[in-house]
Amino acid sequence: MPRPAPFAYLVPRRRPGPSAAGTGSRPSPGSRKATTGLLLFLAPTIASCEGIQAIGPRDGAESAAISDLFTIFLVVTLLFYAAVIAFLVSAWWRRRGERQDGLSEHKADTSDAALNKALILWTGAVILGLTGLTLASYLTDRAIARSVPAGEPVLSVEIVANQWWWDIRYHFPDPSKNVRTANELHLPVGVPAMIYLKSNDVIHSFWVPNLAGKQDLIPGKLTDAVLVPRRTGQYRGQCAEYCGVQHAHMALDVTVESKADFARWLATQQRPAPAPANPLERAGYDYVTTRECSSCHAIAGTSASGQVGPDLTHLIGRRSIAAGTYPMTRGHLYAWIADPQSAKPGNYMPVVGLDAEQLHAIVAYLETLK
Amino acid sequence: MSSRFRADLPSPAKLPSQERRGRGRVGGRSDTDKPRCFGRLRRNPPLIPPFQGGGWLVALLAVLMLPACDREERDPRGKPLPEGPANLNGDPRAPEYENNAFHLAQGQRLYTWMNCSGCHATGGGGMGPPLMDDEWRYGGRMEDIVTTIWNGRPNGMPAWKGRITEQQAWELAAYVRSMTAQPRQDVLSGRSDDISSTEPATLSEREKLKAEANETLPKDEQD
Repeated sequence: MPRPAPFAYLVPRRRPGPSAAGTGSRPSPGSRKATTGLLLFLAPTIASCEGIQAIGPRDGAESAAISDLFTIFLVVTLLFYAAVIAFLVSAWWRRRGERQDGLSEHKADTSDAALNKALILWTGAVILGLTGLTLASYLTDRAIARSVPAGEPVLSVEIVANQWWWDIRYHFPDPSKNVRTANELHLPVGVPAMIYLKSNDVIHSFWVPNLAGKQDLIPGKLTDAVLVPRRTGQYRGQCAEYCGVQHAHMALDVTVESKADFARWLATQQRPAPAPANPLERAGYDYVTTRECSSCHAIAGTSASGQVGPDLTHLIGRRSIAAGTYPMTRGHLYAWIADPQSAKPGNYMPVVGLDAEQLHAIVAYLETLK
Repeated sequence: MSSRFRADLPSPAKLPSQERRGRGRVGGRSDTDKPRCFGRLRRNPPLIPPFQGGGWLVALLAVLMLPACDREERDPRGKPLPEGPANLNGDPRAPEYENNAFHLAQGQRLYTWMNCSGCHATGGGGMGPPLMDDEWRYGGRMEDIVTTIWNGRPNGMPAWKGRITEQQAWELAAYVRSMTAQPRQDVLSGRSDDISSTEPATLSEREKLKAEANETLPKDEQD
């Protein structure tokens, strides 16, 4: 039996006879299927490179630093990977055609001198590469730590995570300027924001991938994160630590805007809620401030002062309802208040069992909370 | 190794009773009746492997564990049971809430959220009466506690009717009753859902206290 040529298994096997010529170089259905599969597998990974919730864009100081570090790691490790594969291929090549019993006529050159030199070079390269990566990590870490220069004014924001929403409080030296909102974080571009993170129940994780890495929120422990947004835009944050049935519906809308826009937004948030203007709004106001709603929700400027649920003072100005569950539209507001348990089953807002008139009145009043 | 466990080994002295037992069982083969036993196996295939020997025990245990699935059954919309004030002559809602770990945990959350601790502390009482002793001014059944929460009581207890939902009142009552560890032990929470300085009301905790109290007794009175 003739011995197969070396690396025969690497060469695509052709069918013998004249039929082989007819098929030409068209790929077989099997290989086309494999290529399609690979592309389908890789497609979702491309999706994470751009968009409002992605680790690719360099929209914040920390995400840019981490992105640079990632590129360095990728290049260095790719070089070493290529070197390892090159060594492997050359080893195969040197021993090609050799018999396993050692009786081959052709013998590979196994002189020690060349191998020793290669080994010393390789060890040196590994030490150099690892040292370089360690240094790069260290310098990136220091750069992130220095991203808030001492003495520079920073924005102080306290974020308290709850099952399953974000309580956002802006703190200012003058406490009368403090602002409480929910599930919506506004940041002025270029201004470092010191984020203090707390949790009321279980461990959550604060993650706005476009701006910075993850930071856990741990009950009974204060953690922090620094966001230095570099570009204006709308981003999406998401709880990144499984925290219960509605973990997926715990999103955070982040808006990075110019300093003037931010000042305007802040001035709006600092105003109390307007008084109801017509009888329908008045009826809604009466219900919200005296019945079930006010046991949990607060509306600045009214007697509703519950601390358990999200603050409703400027509800309509937000982009979404219930931490990214619904977009902020009139219809979704009706749906949410009528039956919060069908949109987000298991959340802690109970089904109150409102009749149609009460529902109309409540939505009419809430729509004034701009 | 005894021949009792290795029935396929030829036993030196075989009792007639052993042989009879061996023939009737799938695994019980002996050197004398081998051909006959194989023939029988071909006619009646053996039991499928998971149900041989210990498999039955595992299956039985799995079936016994099924009732535990009720323990934390979540029902965020409430039970489709008669609405309205608690029926004082045995309300069907009482056991539904009292025997459900989820509702008990929700009650514990609401106890903090609605600031019950403002007057009752964590059950030891303050401005309001203690809730963890066995003394009830207005009755200690689920129905009585719900009525107290819903309608309020003289000298300070506010009426929560219209302030919380009916389901929340039942959950609160279930938690209040659990403070005295009256409900089933298997529905009591092993941990608190909120940050709390108090230990969860589990049996193990009471056993620990009992053991500690026992140690302080003189030697001859200890058990």
